Amino acid sequence: MDNFKGVDYFNTESLLTQEEIMIRDTVRIFVSKQVLPLIEEHYSKGKFPMHLIPQMAEIGLLGPNLPEEYGCAGLNNVAYGLMMQELERGDSGIRSFASVQGSLVMYPIFTFGSEEQKNKWLPLLSKGEKIGCFGLTEPNHGSNPGGMETKAVKVDGGYLLNGTKMWITNGSIADIAIVWGKLKGKVMGFIVEKEFKGFSAPEIRGKHSLRASITSELIFDDVFVPDENILPKTTGLKNPLMCLNQARYGIAWGVVGAMLTCYETALNYAKSRIQFEKPIAAFQMTQEKLVYFLTEITKSQLLNIQMGRMKDNGTLKFAQVSLAKRNNCEKALEIARMSREILGANGISNEYPIMRHSANLESVKTYEGTHEMHTLIVGEDITGYSAFL
Amino acid sequence: MKIAVCISHVPDTATKINIADNGKEIDPAGVTYIINPYDEFAVEEALTTKETLGDDSEVIAISVGNDKNKETIKKALAMGVDSGVLLKIESQLDSFGIAKALAEEIKAQGCDLVFMGKQSVDFDNQIVGQMTSAILDYSCISVVVDFKLDGQDITCEREIEGGKEVVAAQLPCIITAQKGLNEPRYASLKGIMSAKKKTIEEKSAVETESNTEVIGLKKPPAKNPGRILGTDSSAVHELVRLLREEAKVI
Ligand SMILES: Cc1cc2nc3c(=O)[nH]c(=O)nc-3n(C[C@H](O)[C@H](O)[C@H](O)COP(=O)(O)OP(=O)(O)OC[C@H]3O[C@@H](n4cnc5c(N)ncnc54)[C@H](O)[C@@H]3O)c2cc1C
Repeated sequence: MDNFKGVDYFNTESLLTQEEIMIRDTVRIFVSKQVLPLIEEHYSKGKFPMHLIPQMAEIGLLGPNLPEEYGCAGLNNVAYGLMMQELERGDSGIRSFASVQGSLVMYPIFTFGSEEQKNKWLPLLSKGEKIGCFGLTEPNHGSNPGGMETKAVKVDGGYLLNGTKMWITNGSIADIAIVWGKLKGKVMGFIVEKEFKGFSAPEIRGKHSLRASITSELIFDDVFVPDENILPKTTGLKNPLMCLNQARYGIAWGVVGAMLTCYETALNYAKSRIQFEKPIAAFQMTQEKLVYFLTEITKSQLLNIQMGRMKDNGTLKFAQVSLAKRNNCEKALEIARMSREILGANGISNEYPIMRHSANLESVKTYEGTHEMHTLIVGEDITGYSAFL
Repeated sequence: MKIAVCISHVPDTATKINIADNGKEIDPAGVTYIINPYDEFAVEEALTTKETLGDDSEVIAISVGNDKNKETIKKALAMGVDSGVLLKIESQLDSFGIAKALAEEIKAQGCDLVFMGKQSVDFDNQIVGQMTSAILDYSCISVVVDFKLDGQDITCEREIEGGKEVVAAQLPCIITAQKGLNEPRYASLKGIMSAKKKTIEEKSAVETESNTEVIGLKKPPAKNPGRILGTDSSAVHELVRLLREEAKVI
C-alpha cells in the first residue's frame, strides 16, 4: 500500500480538528487499499468499479453530511470536503459517484422531499442499496438549463414526463433519477424510478475522460410519475442550482486531491530522472513548475478550509463557491498537464496516474458549471451586471 | 461480559526516528504516531467477539502512556470500542511495568477476556501479554491467528514454525493477536463522529517500577552509498563479476 501523506507546506492540518483528520485519514487509507490497485484497469476498460459501492457505504461515504436520523454520519462541511479530496486523489470518477449520490440525489430528497420520501429513500441511498443520478443537462441546454425542454403534464394520479437528459453521471446504473422538468413553465423535481415504463438510460460510449465513471442519456417517453414522486418543496430553477452548489463545493475540495497526487508524482520523478548527468529536479525550469504547483496547492488548501468553515457557520455565498470551483479546477488541470510535461513520455503512460487525472479534469472543469459560467457568476456578484441572463 | 483490549501508541513504521538529547528515548518531535498495527487485530477481534455474543457485552480499550495516547484510544472508539481508559505514567516503563499497570486495571474492570497485539512495533519486546496473564493468573494464548469462544471455552490457532498449533483454554484468558487473525475494519465516518461522545477515563497508573533500565538508544550504522554500474543490459556482467569477486556473495 502506498503511504500517501499529501504535501502541506503551510501546515493547514493545524486548522483541522482531530475528527476531521481521522476522517481524512480513513478515506485516504480506503483509497490506497481499495481504489488505487484497480483504478487503471477500470479506467482503461471504461468501467465503474461497482463492487466499491458497498464498501463506500459501509465507511459512510454516501451523503455523510446529512443527519444521523437518516442513517448518515452528520459530518461538518470541512470533513465532507476532506473526504472528497481523498476520493479524488484516487480518481475523479470515484469522487463523482459520491458527489452525485450525496449532493445531487440525497441532498434534494432531504431538502425538497416529503417526510415519506426522506424515510423511504435516504437510508437506502446511504447504504448504497439504491443508486441515484441527477438529470438537469439536456442535449440542447447545458450552461443554460433554464431553457430545458423536458416537460411534465398533470394527469390523473400523477404526471406524464417527456424529454431527454444528456451527460448524466451514474445514469445507467441508477435505481432512481432526480429529474428536472417544467410543469406549466415552472421547473419541478421528480423522482423517476428505473422500472417506470417509458424510461431508459443508455450509456454514452467513447469518452476520453472520466472513463471509470458511468455517463448516460436519460430518455423519457410518456413516463407516468405518480403524485407521490414529485419533490413537493421544489418551486423553480433555483432548486437544482442549490443542488449544484452543494456538488461544486465538493468538487472545489476534490480536485485538490488530484493536485496532490500529480505534484507528488512529478516531484518524485524529477528527483530520480537523470538527464545531462543531473536529476531534472536540479534544472531551474523544472523547479519553477514544481514551485508553481506547490503555491497553487497551498492557496487552494487554505481557500477550502475557510470556505468550509463559512459553509458550516452559514455565511457562505454561492458566488464564493463558484470562485473556488472555478479556480481550483483550472489550477488542478494546469498542474496535471504540467506534471505530464515533467514526466516526459512516461507522463502519458498508465504506470503513472497523471494522464488519467489530466483527462478527468477536463470534465471536472466543465461539469457543474463551466469555467466561463463561474466567471460570469462571480462577475455578476461583484459588478451587479449579469452578462448571461 | 466485559472485554478489554490493550492498545499502544507507537511511531508510524514509515516515520523517521531521532534519538532525544538524553540518549535514552526517541525524540517525539515530527514523529507521527499510530495505533500499534497488531493491536488493530486485537480491537477487531474484540469487536467481532462482542458482535457474535450479541448480548450486552462491552469492549473497553486500555492504554498506558500520556495524553498523546488519547489519539490512539479515539481510533479504537471510532472503530466501535465502547469506552476507553488512559493509564497515565510519568516516565517510560518497561514491559513489566506496563504489564503491572494493565493487570491492575483489567482486574478493577473485571474483564475475563483480554485481547492485545502480540507485540508493539516500537520496542518489540513481545512479552506484555504473557506477563500480564502471569500477574493476573489468567491463561494466555499468544500469536493467535484464529480465535473461537464457546461459553467459557476458547479454541485458538497459533502460528508455529512450519505449521499451526491448536490450543484450548478457559476464561479468564489473554489472547495476543498475530497478523492474519482478521481484517481490521475501517473506522466508519459515523464511528468517528460518535467516538466524540464516548468517554475516555483518565487516571494514574498504579505505582509500578521497571525491572530493566534502558541505558542508551543507538541508530544503526549509516549504510554505504550504493553504486550504479550502468543503466543498460551491459551492466549485468559487471554486476555479476563484482558480486562474485568483490562482494563474494555468489
Ligand atoms: C462526464 C460528465 C458528467 C456529467 N454529469 C452530469 C450530471 O450528472 N447531471 C447533469 O445534469 N449534467 C451533467 N453533465 C453536464 C455538464 O454539467 C454540462 O456539460 C455543462 O453544464 C456544460 O454544458 P454543455 O456541455 O452543454 O456546454 P455548453 O453550455 O454548450 O457550453 C459550451 C461552451 O460555451 C461556453 N458558454 C456557454 N454559454 C456561455 C456564456 N453565456 N458566456 C460565455 N461562455 C459560454 C461554455 O462555457 C463552454 O465553454 C456532465 C458532463 C460531463 C462531461
